[in-house]
Amino acid sequence: MRTLWRTPLSAWPRDAALLRDVGLICLADGIVGLSFGAASVAGGLPWWVPVALSVLVFAGGSQIAAVGVVLAGGSPLAAVAAGAVLNSRLFPYGLAVADVVTSEYGPVRRWLVRIIGTHIITDESVAFALRQDGRSRRRAAFWTCGISLFVIWNLTVLLGVGLGSALHDTNAFGLDSTFPAVMLALALPTLTSRSIKVAAGAGAVIAVALTPVLPAGLPLLAALGGLGAGWTGWPGLLRRPSRPGEGGQVRDGGRPLGDDQPRDGGRPRDDGWPDAAGMDGTGYAGHAGGAGGAANDDE
Amino acid sequence: MPMSAIVALGVLTYAFRFTGPLLRGRVTVPAAAERLFADAAAVLLIALAATAALTAGHGFAGWARPAGVLVAGVLAARRAPFPVVVLAAGGVTALLRLTGVP
Repeated sequence: MRTLWRTPLSAWPRDAALLRDVGLICLADGIVGLSFGAASVAGGLPWWVPVALSVLVFAGGSQIAAVGVVLAGGSPLAAVAAGAVLNSRLFPYGLAVADVVTSEYGPVRRWLVRIIGTHIITDESVAFALRQDGRSRRRAAFWTCGISLFVIWNLTVLLGVGLGSALHDTNAFGLDSTFPAVMLALALPTLTSRSIKVAAGAGAVIAVALTPVLPAGLPLLAALGGLGAGWTGWPGLLRRPSRPGEGGQVRDGGRPLGDDQPRDGGRPRDDGWPDAAGMDGTGYAGHAGGAGGAANDDE
Repeated sequence: MPMSAIVALGVLTYAFRFTGPLLRGRVTVPAAAERLFADAAAVLLIALAATAALTAGHGFAGWARPAGVLVAGVLAARRAPFPVVVLAAGGVTALLRLTGVP
């Protein structure tokens, strides 16, 4: 498949490959959506909570995190904080796809496209866009992936809500373990360097150890202290780049990102995995190319 | 979870997304900062997976759930197809509960 992206064939087979990949991602995220919807209502939340989160937030990882905090008895504030930390990475994503989230046909259309396009910025749509060469292809990939995911995600969450409400004893079906399993499956592929493995391991220990003593939700935020253990990013973060462009990377859309390099390390894979860590995981670190991926190779 | 919290998270998330297109071409994100965003998210997800697998309320969740999640984790690390990972977690936990494991 990677060879297909690199080979300058006519546009058609590549579009077929794009549609197939988008289909696979939709399938994988659909399973996450089903699980999210079902586990949310099975945990005792009213049906509209997962549904409203999916429409208004549309970022799977943070939705799962927010519901996880609330189901564990945490305050809504802690849930919002956890979700917001997870979604902060959408800021550099927005810079990366800024050139396809706009329009040349006047200010009205430009703002309309921006307002809608902003909402469908996800790990997947960004990763798909960045691996295309040329702006029109990146635009097509971004919008195809983003809109498909929005539709599939909200439909499957709704379906999951119905499923979760229909089952009487969801614990008997092990539904409660699909929740952490999904998170693990989303996050594991992004633990590519020793530094992040140590940080994530330390964070997990901190969170579990503090759960018996702290109010729910706080142990999760305390896990960020794991970044203090063995995470090697601090020197780079604290040091100011000596020249513009040396320590930073312009992620605006003006610079043509397209070349014949796969932007994401060959992802999405063909085996039905969510591309960049699910609806929302943390995939940028490992694949979506650019600064995040390069900086992480400190093994 | 009140509607106000959902809207608040929605607004915050939209703001994170919108800043990029708005600042198009006018700012640079240092590679190290971008890495912090991504790695903080990874740490949170793993911590969430660990607490959701092991704990219920302030106590231990019982063995059936972490066992299912452990199997899922091994499968995920071996790059098993995503649906298999999710179904294995639920399946193992359900089977253990069927045999009387809490």
